[in-house]
Amino acid sequence: MGLIETPNAGAESAELAGVSPNFITTKLDFLANWARSNSLWPMPFGTACCAIEFMATAASRFDISRFGMERMSFSPRQADVLICAGRLPFKLAPIIRRVWDQMPQPKWAISMGACASTGGIFDTYTMVQGIDTIIPVDVYVPGCPPRPEGLMYGIMLLQKKIKGETLSDRTLRQEHLVDDRGFFLPPEKIDEISEPFGNSVHQTRSA
Amino acid sequence: MTVGPVGAVSGVGEVGGVSTAALSDRFGSAILRQAVICGDSIVWVDASRAHEILAWLRDTPGQQFDYLTDVTAVDYRDPERPLEVVYQLRSLPRNAQLRIKIPLDKTKPLVVDSVWDLWKGADWLEREVFDMFGVSFAGHPDLRRILMWETYAEGHPLRKDFPLRGHFTRAEQTRQALASNPEAHYSLEELSIAEAYDELPEDMRRRMAKGERGFVK
Repeated sequence: MGLIETPNAGAESAELAGVSPNFITTKLDFLANWARSNSLWPMPFGTACCAIEFMATAASRFDISRFGMERMSFSPRQADVLICAGRLPFKLAPIIRRVWDQMPQPKWAISMGACASTGGIFDTYTMVQGIDTIIPVDVYVPGCPPRPEGLMYGIMLLQKKIKGETLSDRTLRQEHLVDDRGFFLPPEKIDEISEPFGNSVHQTRSA
Repeated sequence: MTVGPVGAVSGVGEVGGVSTAALSDRFGSAILRQAVICGDSIVWVDASRAHEILAWLRDTPGQQFDYLTDVTAVDYRDPERPLEVVYQLRSLPRNAQLRIKIPLDKTKPLVVDSVWDLWKGADWLEREVFDMFGVSFAGHPDLRRILMWETYAEGHPLRKDFPLRGHFTRAEQTRQALASNPEAHYSLEELSIAEAYDELPEDMRRRMAKGERGFVK
């Protein structure tokens, strides 16, 4: 590294300037991504019926150990991927946020099921309309609840995503914290994401 | 279904194993109405004497309603109808059930006497009714929200005038949720570690001594 002078052609960060994607770095990427994608330890955040399917996925018939998820990491300190299996009420929002903040980099998140991804049928005063308003999400698994095959497909998509990452892009490992105003996403964005859609536009019971 | 003073009731001689005569003789005009609906015995009583009546039902031989199954409330869509606080009583020795309803005028403060002194199990049930409907229970030892967090500022969700998605925008709801302190929902009594106070870590002791709760920035 650093043997070849490369012009800083439109590099987005100063850190990128000193690193060139040369022969050695590429191989390091391959090695790191191979190791990371095949030893994902999940942090199960099971709140509802999706967690039952998640348990089935982890148990012997479907057995996510085959994908390198050798054990559930019930401590966020040793976890690599947060799997939010189930609906997330506002009361749990600070808790999943804290669990996410406690997980060390590199880390990824899977939003499992309709409720975790969008609020699902629970378009009510209690429910977060998609956990992507609270934490960054890498893979959304649709379904109500998704079958174990669906979750495994999501996990394999995440592995594919990890294999496409590069160590030289430091923005991938950047923490996205709650800002001074107390938001993870801009408020306009949260309101836009949370707009009723599909059948729930007809739920207009109000004062 | 019958309406009016108990003396005028016909066809309902026995409600839930309670002699109507016994209830009306004793409490007269405080018994607003009695009925048997779908096999359930229901007695509407006046809020000001409800505690007295419930105590009588618990303690009188021949009534012995020693078990409080549930306390809840009903807010009807018709704004003219009063909000009703519902006590579901059960007598274990007599194998009898009785439902007591207290109508409350929604234009006035919603207050009834707590029955925590009669049945200790009423503690959390009344907190839930307070949380969801905004009914205050006079004499309750610890009347706080129980399902929603304590700094919840949007009102009482099961009231019919409460919009399904809440009063605030989703962004504001998200902001308040993220700003709340998930560890601040318990008092010393709830954690049952008051006796071990001196052995707790310093920061926990400090937090609990102040009775620290969640807050909204």
